[in-house]
Amino acid sequence: MTAIIKGTTGDWEMVIGLEVHAQIISQSKLMSCSPASFGAQPNENVSFVDSAFPGMLPVVNKECVRQAVRTGLALGAKINKKSVFARKNYFYADLPQGYQISQADQPTVGEGVVTIDLQDGTTKEIGIERLHVEQDAGKSIHDQHPEKSFIDLNRSGVGLMEIVSKPDIRSAEEAGAYFTKIQTIVQYIDSCDGIMARGSMRADVNVSVRRVGDKNLGTRTECKNINSVRFIKQAIMVEATRQVEILENGGVIDQETRLFDAEKGQTRTMRSKEDAHDYRYFPDPDLLPVVIDDEFINECKDSLPELPDTKKERFINEFGLSSYDGAVLVANKKNASYFEKVASGVKNKKLAANWVVSELFGALKKAELDINDCPVKAQDLAELISLIEDNTISGKIAKEVFADMFKTSKKPAVIVEEKGLKQITDTSAIEGIIDTVITENPNQVTKVKENPKLIGWFVGQVMQKTAGKANPAMVNKLLAQKLK
Amino acid sequence: MSFSNDDVKKVAKLSRIRIDDKQLEQYTNDIQKVLGFMEQLNELNTDNVEPMANPLDGVQVLRNDEIKDGGYPETIVNNATDDTMNFFTVPKVVE
Amino acid sequence: MTDLTKLTISQATTGLKNKDFSAVELTTSYINQMEKTDNLNAYITKTTDNALSQAKIADDNIASGNMRPMEGMPIAHKDLLCTKGVKTTAGSKMLDNFTPDYESTVSQKLAENGCISLGKLNLDQFAMGSNGQSSFYGGTKNPWGNDLVPGGSSSGSACAVSARSAIASTGTDTGGSIRQPSAFCGVAGIRPTYGRCSRWGVVAYASSLDQVGPIGKDVRDCAIMLSNMSGHDEKDSTSANIPVPDFEAVLTGDVKGLKIGIPKEYYIDDMPQEIAKIWDNGKKMLVEAGAEIVDVSLPHTKYALPAYYIIACAEASSNLSRYDGVRYGHRVSGKELDEMYELTRSEGFGEEVKRRILMGTYVLSAGFYDAYYIKAQKVRRLVANDFKKAFESVDALLTPITPSPAFKIGENQEDPVKMYLNDVFSVTLNMAGLPGMSVPVGLSDSGLPLGLQIIGKAFDEETVLKASYALEKQAKFDATPNI
Repeated sequence: MTAIIKGTTGDWEMVIGLEVHAQIISQSKLMSCSPASFGAQPNENVSFVDSAFPGMLPVVNKECVRQAVRTGLALGAKINKKSVFARKNYFYADLPQGYQISQADQPTVGEGVVTIDLQDGTTKEIGIERLHVEQDAGKSIHDQHPEKSFIDLNRSGVGLMEIVSKPDIRSAEEAGAYFTKIQTIVQYIDSCDGIMARGSMRADVNVSVRRVGDKNLGTRTECKNINSVRFIKQAIMVEATRQVEILENGGVIDQETRLFDAEKGQTRTMRSKEDAHDYRYFPDPDLLPVVIDDEFINECKDSLPELPDTKKERFINEFGLSSYDGAVLVANKKNASYFEKVASGVKNKKLAANWVVSELFGALKKAELDINDCPVKAQDLAELISLIEDNTISGKIAKEVFADMFKTSKKPAVIVEEKGLKQITDTSAIEGIIDTVITENPNQVTKVKENPKLIGWFVGQVMQKTAGKANPAMVNKLLAQKLK
Repeated sequence: MSFSNDDVKKVAKLSRIRIDDKQLEQYTNDIQKVLGFMEQLNELNTDNVEPMANPLDGVQVLRNDEIKDGGYPETIVNNATDDTMNFFTVPKVVE
Repeated sequence: MTDLTKLTISQATTGLKNKDFSAVELTTSYINQMEKTDNLNAYITKTTDNALSQAKIADDNIASGNMRPMEGMPIAHKDLLCTKGVKTTAGSKMLDNFTPDYESTVSQKLAENGCISLGKLNLDQFAMGSNGQSSFYGGTKNPWGNDLVPGGSSSGSACAVSARSAIASTGTDTGGSIRQPSAFCGVAGIRPTYGRCSRWGVVAYASSLDQVGPIGKDVRDCAIMLSNMSGHDEKDSTSANIPVPDFEAVLTGDVKGLKIGIPKEYYIDDMPQEIAKIWDNGKKMLVEAGAEIVDVSLPHTKYALPAYYIIACAEASSNLSRYDGVRYGHRVSGKELDEMYELTRSEGFGEEVKRRILMGTYVLSAGFYDAYYIKAQKVRRLVANDFKKAFESVDALLTPITPSPAFKIGENQEDPVKMYLNDVFSVTLNMAGLPGMSVPVGLSDSGLPLGLQIIGKAFDEETVLKASYALEKQAKFDATPNI
């Protein structure tokens, strides 16, 4: 949904484009045979190629191309059978070659589209401009020495996918949803781990503003390297507001790279990137064009798991879930797979969805736990739901049992047994209790006969006497017969 | 196309090479001469010619994803004039 | 005993096999010659101690009958090839303190095939130059006259072979850097097809044009060297995965039926009489040997040189960005990152290197990319197509290699364009990635060696060597510098 910024001179809208950088999952780096893994000691995962020693040459890692193609397919994008690696030339402390090997006018993946889910339950399509493969930079550490920055090249040369959106995004919420959707997709297909805290996924945010109704694009700025969804949204709001203020005061926007300072909640010009960008892209003369065939593409296609959108459709169509539950469940691959395990063990899939979405996710959120660390196994939750389905326990009792399961990881049947929570479904037993209640309360019997709506009082009494274990439907039915 | 002192300054900045004012004129003149020589290419019509980036008419061989390198940080920093704890160092970068 | 340094590789190998002398004796002769000719400044780094211990190993191998193809041959490498544990400078202050911990594929192969390295040879800084005078370690002199340039950029490589301070050497050829100094110093040198030898571990100048190759006393020595340094390398994406022939086997002297093309466009304006004459002689020699001479046309020849300088400078400007003082090499401290970069690079690079970086940056920069760089790449295609077309009717081409014999040190230096014009006959084949060989065929009026060039089809070094060998046999060039 388009968000409007109310200015003093009128309404403004934002035009936003995102460049999402996603680190490719591979054993070795994009152009060298050193490890692409995270968390090694300084310069441990570095070869002479990664540190750009004289005479070193790049050789393209097939897996990185494969992952890019898989991701492109998952984004419904056009796969280019011929792509060309080019050099993007600039000097920086964490860029040992003095250029980044990237792709310019011939990327591996062309145009595509992703559907994002918005909070109001609607969806929107955001265009993908391209996906190109490139080398990640190293890391500068600024807080170890008063006059020096330390450089660690472990990350230098790790394969990255840069996924560039079209300027189709109109609000911070949409930007967040778009980023999250990309994250979901790459995690589904295992082309990126999506862990933002490690820098596996980052975004550059392009923002411009224009008066509502204006068809022309305003001058945009770029906020680089934002590493959380919350900051992406904040940066957009802060930057858009700044631009509106400038424009309303008769100023102009400089096309520039800005840095988002989360602590101060503001964006500012990046000092180090002040001088005019002129990256002087040209085809990397150390490499030849990458050419892939239909077989390569088909193998990539065949390796793709069910994608989130397809999964959501299936949940809705096969399981009868609501669009909301479907969206929530597929948003995370592990959640979806947990749910599928639960659903496979029960008859009522909708009930399973309710339990996973409200009870389980609620409990996890409260306990600040990830689904991986969930104390309740999917099979156990399925068992619990089955106990409701076969009337062993009531839904209400089930919630008690669940709370216990979450604390102790015990099997639901064990808890029901230990605590004697088994539902009373024996007609004669329930009848006996009903008879007692009727005998003890003749006055109430009279009242109910006058006003059948008061039958609830008797239900309450019976439930109380059975500590909630009596099957509520049976209680209702038998009471109705007896108090006719 | 005329090539000026300002052009030298611009490309010198881009390529991180400091040119003394004393040398500026010399560089400008030399480069101007060479660019003039290069401009004879404009005599040729190349409208329908595909640019040729590499003499090999081949395609890139894609390597298998195997770890065969790395694991020698001491050697990596061995040639650096100012390294510490296996890090390279640069003057402090202020963002 | 005769002076062992006068032997070719094939003669020396026979000598070692027959136990006429030992590898230690052979290497010692070369070490003595290195000292005797030290004034030529062919070497930047000498590894004589290591050479002698390698020679002892060679003698052991010979004694035990385990002789490798180039066992005990004392060669030397252009100081652009990285050598493990031995300083590798590229002739520049920038790498004055750089000792790689890896060995270039080519020098590795030669060592594995029995070669002994005497040291690292002088060159124009980062292989940029045609006169051998831009090295941080001082210029190299031509053994044919101490006031003459040896040519460049493989100046030390040609000088050492000519002065007999190495039996053969490696060079690199981006625009003529093997063939031109070979011609100036009266030795043989072949630039193989782009992709024939691995570029891994060779300091890059212009990646799409660079190629390593040998310089030797004669065509046969070059063939032997080439067989022992070529081959596919999975670490170089532009290394061709095709078999390496036995190049020596084609040296029969028989070129009957071979069609040799004479490209008319190489008759440049103001071509000196003696160059035209030697070219004419070359044609006669090949006809004498049984070849057929055919006139061909390479219409875009004159545009190869300007296009070459655009492409070479563009690639160089990017290739040389890695020299920033951070990880290796020269470093000048600065208060800020950019200051450190600028001071380091201004002080570390020589003038010609800086000029080429600036030009390369310019031709790639926004607004000029299409007009210069893309234009040059298109012209490159036209030049390559010219060759393709010519090779439909001929097997190889015969051309001059230099527009003059070796010139005086200091000459041509004031005007870069004049200096670049030295490469007019050599750069064309680099643009197309083709092999070419320079063979000494006679003396100039002033008594200096003059060479001719044989150009072949891609990956057809065999024909290049075959024709060159025939030319060499006919020319009977036996003049030597007076050292």
